[in-house]
Amino acid sequence: MAHGHATPTAPGEIPKAQTKEIWFTFWILFFVTALEFVIAFTVINPEARTFRIAFFVGLTIVKAYFIVANFMHLRHEAKSLIWAVILPCTFIMWFIVAMLYEGDSVFVSRY
Amino acid sequence: MATATVAKPVDKIWNGGVEPLKASYGKLMMWFFLLSDTFTFGALLIFYGFSRFAHPAYVGKLDDYTASQAWWPVPDKVFNGLPFVHGANLPLVFVGIMTFILIMSSVTMVLAVEAGHRMDRNDVQKWMLWTLLGGACFLGCQAWEWTHFIHGSDAGALVNGKIVHGASLARNEYGPPLFADLFFFITGFHGFHVFSGVLLNFLIFYQTVMGKFQSEVGHYEMVEKVGLYWHFVDLVWVFVFTFFYLI
Repeated sequence: MAHGHATPTAPGEIPKAQTKEIWFTFWILFFVTALEFVIAFTVINPEARTFRIAFFVGLTIVKAYFIVANFMHLRHEAKSLIWAVILPCTFIMWFIVAMLYEGDSVFVSRY
Repeated sequence: MATATVAKPVDKIWNGGVEPLKASYGKLMMWFFLLSDTFTFGALLIFYGFSRFAHPAYVGKLDDYTASQAWWPVPDKVFNGLPFVHGANLPLVFVGIMTFILIMSSVTMVLAVEAGHRMDRNDVQKWMLWTLLGGACFLGCQAWEWTHFIHGSDAGALVNGKIVHGASLARNEYGPPLFADLFFFITGFHGFHVFSGVLLNFLIFYQTVMGKFQSEVGHYEMVEKVGLYWHFVDLVWVFVFTFFYLI
């Protein structure tokens, strides 16, 4: 898996590059970022703030998924390795919620 | 007998002697290092979120916005410069270019890894060189971004009865000093990662050119491991970009 995925058929012969998935991922990252720019410039009224934030966070997670799955190749690793990486990250979710809640309570006691 | 040792029962998979994660030691260690780094960056960005929730947000029309110590700055009004355009008001343009450069260099890195699988030394060299160029460009952009942020606007802002231009760790034209501190800390820590990534990439490029992986080692797994690090740097930037510049 790590090496020797494609061994040259004859000595000195190099197989053709397999870059379809790489460019597919690039275009996804490109269009998602472009979409973020469009939203950043068009949806500017203060009432849509929550929608904007939710949308940006969602698109960021989409981009993170494609970078980790395709560029870092995690999608093609053993299932146990995938979980070994993903599961500890779920603790961060709790950390985010806890600290934002804490930040809000600091705000309330200050102002 | 040979056949008896080959077929190992599945429940014995964690008892040693086999590779349950099916990855080499070096690759596993890189994954777990990156996981620990995720927590470091996570903590920094979460503290940014905490501080944002603990400070008042600007309420009102974006056109009437003025920088004040009383509220958290609106990123579009802070990061709106562009090189060679003095006093420009172009939010997101420059950081958009930076993001594009880093994504591009991630693509060329993964192309180098792919070339390594095929034992194509020339392609590995070519794509590593592009990756190095992208990393260097990104660092240059960040240097400009920092300079712009430190120097500030021509008009400056009135802070505690004194006109302040730009930001430092103690004073900040754009809002609470904490905003500047976090900007320097988080983008600085990320920039340091990019810098170390460029050094590692250079090392790998050099060893590829010298033919180390082609003949001595026999495979290009080192390109893959450094590639993991480089993609992680790109991944962190995706989050920094969202939380510092978009939200």
